[in-house]
Amino acid sequence: MSALVGYAAYLPRHRLSDMGKRVVASFDEDSTTMGVEAAAALLRAHPAQPGSLYFATTSPAYFDKTNASAIHAALALPPTTFAADLAGSARSGLAAWRAAKAAGGLAVLADVRTGRPGSGDERGGGDGAVALLFGDPGDAIAEVLAEHSLSAELLDRWRKPGDPAGGQWEERFGLEVYLPLLKQSAADALAEAGLAAADHVVVVSPNSGVRKQAARLFPGATSSPVGHAGAADFALGLADVLDRADAGETVLVLSAADGCDAIVLRATERLPRARQARPVAEQLADGLDVPYLTYLAWRGWLEREPPRRPEPDLPAAPPSARSAGWKFAFTGSACGRCGFVHLPPQRVCKKCGSVDEMSPRSLASTPGTVATYTVDRLAFSPSPPLIEAVVDFDGGGRYTLEVADALPDDLKVGARVGLSFRRLFTAGGVHNYFWKARL
Amino acid sequence: MSSKGIRDRVAVVGMGCTQFGERWSSSAEDLLVDAAGEVFDTTPVAREDVDAYWLGTLGSGQSGLTLSKALALDYKPVTRVENYCATGSEAFRNACYAVASGAYDRVMAIGVEKLKDSGFSGLLRADPPGDGTAAELNLTAPAAFSLLDPAYCARYAVDPADMRSAMTHVAWKNHANGARNPKAQFRSGVTKDKIEHAPKVAGRLGVFDCSGVSDGAAAALIVRAEDALDYTDRPMYVKGLSLAAGPALGAADGDYDYTTFPEVVRSARDAFAQAGITDPRHEISLAEVHDCFTPTELVLMEDFGFAERGQAWKDILDGAFELEGRLPVNPDGGLKSFGHPVGASGLRMLYECWLQFRGQAGERQLTDPRLALTHNLGGRPGSCVSFVSVVGAELG
Repeated sequence: MSALVGYAAYLPRHRLSDMGKRVVASFDEDSTTMGVEAAAALLRAHPAQPGSLYFATTSPAYFDKTNASAIHAALALPPTTFAADLAGSARSGLAAWRAAKAAGGLAVLADVRTGRPGSGDERGGGDGAVALLFGDPGDAIAEVLAEHSLSAELLDRWRKPGDPAGGQWEERFGLEVYLPLLKQSAADALAEAGLAAADHVVVVSPNSGVRKQAARLFPGATSSPVGHAGAADFALGLADVLDRADAGETVLVLSAADGCDAIVLRATERLPRARQARPVAEQLADGLDVPYLTYLAWRGWLEREPPRRPEPDLPAAPPSARSAGWKFAFTGSACGRCGFVHLPPQRVCKKCGSVDEMSPRSLASTPGTVATYTVDRLAFSPSPPLIEAVVDFDGGGRYTLEVADALPDDLKVGARVGLSFRRLFTAGGVHNYFWKARL
Repeated sequence: MSSKGIRDRVAVVGMGCTQFGERWSSSAEDLLVDAAGEVFDTTPVAREDVDAYWLGTLGSGQSGLTLSKALALDYKPVTRVENYCATGSEAFRNACYAVASGAYDRVMAIGVEKLKDSGFSGLLRADPPGDGTAAELNLTAPAAFSLLDPAYCARYAVDPADMRSAMTHVAWKNHANGARNPKAQFRSGVTKDKIEHAPKVAGRLGVFDCSGVSDGAAAALIVRAEDALDYTDRPMYVKGLSLAAGPALGAADGDYDYTTFPEVVRSARDAFAQAGITDPRHEISLAEVHDCFTPTELVLMEDFGFAERGQAWKDILDGAFELEGRLPVNPDGGLKSFGHPVGASGLRMLYECWLQFRGQAGERQLTDPRLALTHNLGGRPGSCVSFVSVVGAELG
């Protein structure tokens, strides 16, 4: 059995300020792109080539097509890595945890939670992603002392495929069902772990009543740091605790979703030096307000007047397949003769003219500098205006990229940027995934 | 780059140009018939006397049939060419070479664009299926050219307010010139205040910093230079023709700083060499340049050597390129106010040279022009094609 060796959470930057700083994914983010953000940050800190990647979400960007394969491509994992989705409900996150833990793989949990305008789901949800890496027990950051699960069929929350928002029964009904399950799971898991109590308790649930009661049920317990985050919910709560737990401290994670799952962990000596680079709390504090009307347009609840420009064509399958290394992993080519870096990859060197002497070079995690920039108020964009910058990457390579999460006045010549995997637009039912610059 | 050139081997002996603008009631066919008709009405040449045609259009038709159907041509060769916004110039260049080769005695270059039927703003692209990653797919032309503005200010430490004034001056000048041109799309002057405070399109470019989206057509009749006087007493002689298609290095190379067009520098050097011009700033009487957006005209002044590097903004503000200035640029109003029906624009530039050499430019007539430059740019900074011609009023 493998052990948890690393974790990283990703919270999108936008906030609905008149809704308790509700964390919202931008128009160009979805569960796949946020999964890439979390997993890429994790693999930067813990370089690894996991043999499997399990992606859990309640908001898959596609059905019939594996979403994990886009994450797999963006992480430039080898073809031998098994990549699969576990989609549908909050509990899918636990399924990804179990599968990745069993295989020593990577679990990626991400969600964009929606609700009708004015609903509790809109207010009480949160968007985000977590990646969890399992590997050699010698590298463990936390030992799993116990895992315990109870399953229950109940109509607390549901959503028909294709519907943008779901339904819930009265919150107190679900709460009544979940309370005994929570108590029993906690008791059984702690007993299995040989503990009377845990130092940290996290209680999450799609049922808002459970979240509100968490601290009363389990003194000192915390709940989802961003509100209910679907399949990423329990792991966001866990990541938030791992950001601050001391070596030797124990953690009880309880997730009440169509039953109840309990995990008991003990932080190892490694944890304090292997925490994620950007704690959940820090990401939470680094918000960017988005007007509510803009948010409604992002989620499709409000249709804005489009610019007098044609909508873009859908990305075609054969060119996208030929350029998968470029499109998904931002892999260009470096000339073997003169070293000039080409984005996208070229066969003939633009600098020295040598032919077929290139080697691939991924710049997905290479920072760059803005050479010049503009704000395009005419262009088609799912959220105008389109902000675009010419980026010179450290060590060579230039490309013109959209700028993510930026305001028109943020840019200047010489600004430093990194990259973020985003969904540029959706056309003909096809999501156009590519990279953007990010200040 | 070196071209042998065809200096003084071919001449333009007739030209036509339609009214440019929002020609709601005219089709592309109508515009072609009108432009060609002006040539046939003003020369001794009839439709059946033309040996071959070169048709330039970016997107208002495909193949030679676009022209042969419109003019009901009698099984004549018609070549349709496309080279982005340099399309009209490209039709002219290839037509000239056909005469110079001896293959034909009389050819016509004709260009047309019907932009106002799409219902969209600006130019449309017709890209092959792709992977969705090309920057050009999203970024519009004004945005691509607006990249010049912050880059130029940064490179030459120009106060953005001064740069804004220079861009405004370009628009103001070209509107003032267009106001004197009965065929221009926009025929009224615009105040600097209005230009500066217009709604923004991209970066700091407002609507008055952008060329007119326009319908129109223009045509030129080309013959061997030695035969030219058989057709007109005042032919326009071709001195040099150059085209440079870049490797799109600037879009990929951190050394390119968005304050110049290497493609323009190369094609200008080549055209000047063909024409025997060594001091363009003093030898050229007028220049019709690709002022698609105001910062483009500014940068072009430096690329042609009309201004020192980093100084064009000052020369512009000093009035160097106005009708009464040391080198009038875009006396007909340019793309800015004459309008930019893509396939016709390169030929429209030549039409102004033609009128100026003949003394038929009306209110904007220059005194005794001898040599003129036309310049067409297709693409965007970092990735473009550039055409430069030099034409003259006399042989030698």
